[in-house]
Parts: sequence; C-alpha cells; structure tokens
Amino acid sequence: MMRRESKTLNTKSTKPPPAQRTTKSGEPVRMNLEQTQRLVASLVMRRLTADDEMQRSWVDGRPTAEIAEAVIAPNDRLSSFERIEIYNKQYWFRLRDCFGDDFPGVRAVLGDRKFDAMTEAYLNACPSRSFTLRNLGQFLVGFLETHPELTAPWSELALDMAKFEWAQVQAFDGPGYAPLSAGDLAKISAKGAKARLHLQPYVQLLELRYPLDDFLLALKKKNAAMRGEASNAMEEDEERPKLKGVRRPLRKRVLLAVHRFENSLYYKRLEQEAFDTLVALRDGATLEGALAGAIGKSQAAVRRNRDWLAVIQEWFDIWTRLGWFYSPAAAGQRSKRR
Amino acid sequence: MAANKHNGFTNLGIGIGLRVPHYQHILTKKPTCDWFEIISENYMVDGGRPLEVLDQILKQYKVIQHGVSMYFGSVTKQDPMHVKRLKELVKRTKTPFVSDHLCWGSVDGTYTHDLLPMPYTFEAARKTARRIREVRDYLEVPICVENVSSYAEYHQSELTEWEFLREVVELADCGILLDVNNIYVSSQNHGFDPYDYLNGIPAERVGQMHIAGHSKFEKYILDTHDHPVLDPVWKMYAHAIKLCGPTSTLLEWDAHIPSFEEVHREAMKAKKFLASVSAPVKVERKHDAA
Repeated sequence: MMRRESKTLNTKSTKPPPAQRTTKSGEPVRMNLEQTQRLVASLVMRRLTADDEMQRSWVDGRPTAEIAEAVIAPNDRLSSFERIEIYNKQYWFRLRDCFGDDFPGVRAVLGDRKFDAMTEAYLNACPSRSFTLRNLGQFLVGFLETHPELTAPWSELALDMAKFEWAQVQAFDGPGYAPLSAGDLAKISAKGAKARLHLQPYVQLLELRYPLDDFLLALKKKNAAMRGEASNAMEEDEERPKLKGVRRPLRKRVLLAVHRFENSLYYKRLEQEAFDTLVALRDGATLEGALAGAIGKSQAAVRRNRDWLAVIQEWFDIWTRLGWFYSPAAAGQRSKRR
Repeated sequence: MAANKHNGFTNLGIGIGLRVPHYQHILTKKPTCDWFEIISENYMVDGGRPLEVLDQILKQYKVIQHGVSMYFGSVTKQDPMHVKRLKELVKRTKTPFVSDHLCWGSVDGTYTHDLLPMPYTFEAARKTARRIREVRDYLEVPICVENVSSYAEYHQSELTEWEFLREVVELADCGILLDVNNIYVSSQNHGFDPYDYLNGIPAERVGQMHIAGHSKFEKYILDTHDHPVLDPVWKMYAHAIKLCGPTSTLLEWDAHIPSFEEVHREAMKAKKFLASVSAPVKVERKHDAA
C-alpha cells in the first residue's frame, strides 16, 4: 500500500493569503501573478456550504464577495462572487465524482451522506498533489486511520474497504514486467538457498477483517460502477445514481491478492501460509527463507501433516500461470501481456 | 498553412477523442477514423489496460496527444515527474506534437484539476511563454496551446484574450489549438464578439481545431462537451477554416457519450467545411456574419 507519513497538507492552500482590495489611500492594490493565483486557488478550493454554495464569509470573517471583488471582475449578469463560485462548485463536483468512482465500496459501507462528509473532509485535508486524478485517493487509508470518527460506527469496515479499493487502483495500472515462465522458475529455484523471486509490483497483498471481495462483487453485480477519465469538460451538477444496497458483511478475516490478469482485475483469496510466503518474497526474502518462515510459523496442528511439497508446488504453479513473478534483469521491458 | 511547424507538418483530417466506452467498438470493428486524440494523463501510467489499449490503437490509427494538467500558466514550480512521464508517452505514441491548455490550475504542487483562466497581463504572457519553451525543449516536439472557455475575468487584465493568446504564442514561438466552441462560450460569458477573436489570432500558428457542444444556463454558458455542436459554433468554424485553411479538427464529446458511430457522424459534419476551402483566404479584420 502506498502510505506517506509526511503531512500532505499544503499550508498555503489552507491558509489563504490576505486579499486587500485597496491601499490606505484608496488605490487598488495590484497583485502579481503568484499572489493572484494563490488567492484564486484559495477561493476555488474552499469548502462549499451544506447546500453546495460558495461560503459567504471568508476565513477572516470578511464577506467572500469582498475577496472575490478584489480580483474578479463582474459582468452585467454575474457578480464577482457568482463568477468565481462557478469554479468553486466545479472543483468540488469534479473531485467528488472522481473520488466516488474510485471508492464505490466505501460509499456503500458509509451511505451517501456520511460518504459525502468524509469525502469533503478528506479532500480538504489532502487536496490533490498529483497531476493525475488517478492518485486522488492515495492518502485515504492513512487519513481514515487517523479520523475514525468520520466513519463511525463502520470505521474498521470503511478502512478495510479503502485499502481494498486503493489496492485495485494500483493493481489496475501499476507497473508490470515480463513474467517468468515455469522453466525460468525451475532454473531460479535450482540455485538453492540464495534463490529469490520477485513479485510483480501490481500484485497487492491485503489482510482484511471482512470478506470484502464477496461484498464488492455483490455490489458491482447490482450496480454498474465505472472508473472515471480525465477530461477538460465542465460537469453539470447531476444527481449521482443511488447505489443499490447490499447488506454489510460480518467480520471474517480474509487474505487477498488483488492482481490483474490479461489486464482485467481479479481478487484471489490466499491461505495464511501462501500469503506469508508472498509477503516475504515481496519484501525481499530468499525463496527458502520465505517458505521456512511461512510454513514454520504455521500454528494449525492439522496443517502439520499436510504434504507441503505438493501444496507449495501447486501454489507456485498457479502463481506462475498468473504471471506474478518477474526477473529484475528484464524489468526494463514492460510487459505487454500483463 | 494548416500543416505547419507547430503541428509537425501534419494535416490529419477529422478526429475524435479516444474514450473508454468506445474501446471495444474500436478494437473489434476497427472503424474508419482519420485519427484519435488521447488525453495524455489517462495513459501516463505504468502498465495495465490503458497502455494495452493504446498500443493496439497505435497499430491501426494515428494518435495525437492532448493534455489537461500541464498548466503552462501556473507560476509555481512544475512537477518534474509530470513532464518526464509525458515524454515517455510521447516516445510511445510518436505524436507529431502535443497540446495542452493556455491556463493555470496548480499552486505549490496542489492541483485544482480545472482549467483556470489567466489574467491577461504582459507578466503572465512572459512567464507562460517561458514555461512553454522549457517544456517543448524537454519534450522535443512542437507544442500547441488551446484557448480555454472561461467564466471569470480579472480586473488586472491588460489585454483581450486573443491579444494575450497572440502575445504568448509569439513569445513562445508555439502553435495554437484553436477551440472554436471555447471562443463561443467565452464570448457569451464575457460579452465580446467571437469573430473579433477569430480575426485577431495569428492564423498561421493554428495547428489544430476543436469543436464541441455546450450547455446554456440562465446567466452563463458551460462548456460541457455533452451535446452535438451547435449552429453558431459551426458558423464560427467555417470562418476559422477560411482564415487558417484546412486544419486537423477534433470533435470533443466527454459526457453522456453516445455510440462511436454517432460521435463520428457528428465529427464528419466538419468535412464539408474542410472541403470548401483548399487554402486560407485573406479575411477582412471585421467579419460580416455577426
């Protein structure tokens, strides 16, 4: 999962620059380009009211209209306030839509009202720091971990769903390299104790407290959710289609690989030892070390009598067919198949 | 004139935007289309389906890249990863030129994901032109900048929008992606004559044109790209083609996207205008079609 410990808040965008329309002598103050852009960005990105209008008061208590008049010219139909309000609304409508497209499961868990409030809080705290809307939700997991009050009483479920859905974004178009064949794998494992296998970066391994794979599949079956695309068109303020509900899942721990095969997204459940093996390989362990760690710490007595050799053989057979391993030497060549 | 150094000496005909709902149709039916425009940012990814589809499209069709977040007019520092990824995509598509908007939209690395209008000042023109040159030098392909539709104007503007556009492209020595619909939308929102705009731009720098539909509201017009092109825009397009000569033209349709055939049929209406002019004609500064 992509996490950042550093604060993503841009203090300049959350503490809008002062707008001063006139000097003491009454002359208009001329802002330079940078000052203008900082002020307008603050106006455009400021939270809307509950009725999706531009806020009437500025951060310092002055009327927002006064701030808008300092920089935006009115016309015969619209005041300065109304003109900049068009952009203020568009900013929030566009980002909300995009965010809703990427996290339909979180929306289903929270319901529309709570999801909208959480979205606004998130986007206000973590405005986009990327040129692409694809990364809009990159800080959501970290944000929800520190703001469980926004998702209560479904905080754990919403957090897991955010992890699951962000993993899908990464698995959908994350880097992938030419996969190893079964023959390649045999050659590598023949190296013995030092052999290492490299997991495709797009394979996302998740430990979840709820069976969200089943939940999301049921949800998608009832609703046609789509990923959004970047475009330069303005959007009309349209009512989002209501999600047809699916009962929230009961707690049940699942281990998942979120991956792509032939460029379609899939979720694959894993048993504990398989999951631990893949996590260890992903984190750089040798093949021997990964397997010893995963099987060695297996607690279930019933598992001690398993034919581990056959089990492991089957795991790697499946994972290789799914193309989950690659050679770092070939990593410069992006796979066209995966 | 239409094939010029700003569009890599290309005149491709009539294109449409490559959009997800049409992927399946295009890949399986391989319909006739002169070229596709891609939104660069949708393909500036590391792998997966977007690039797989793009590679298949590239085998069959000409592709031109159009961006939505370069923000040439943003005054604070640019994300170096953005231009690096854009260059990787340029190498992949072999686009003869790239286009993005004459606007700003980010401050200190925070993105509004909107195309915010510039204050039309000489300072802004200088700074914007410098950034266009820097990006072009790095990408090593020509750049065309697109005029945006706008809903607000700044007190501090010293120039008209078309004077500003001219100032920027001449300082940057770059091309223009002339969005005829955007001119119409802005003219209605700001109360200027759109033909003054068309007649006021350096026609020899126009490398491509955009046409699109828009939506009328009580007090303003919104550039929604969700309708067929409206008559006033077709009239302006005819005038623009007279000024610039036959120029690669793209129909934008980004919301409520109908079938590929319907979008393509709408785009092909431009053909009669392109066919009516074999070379640009000298047009008097004052139009007669207001």
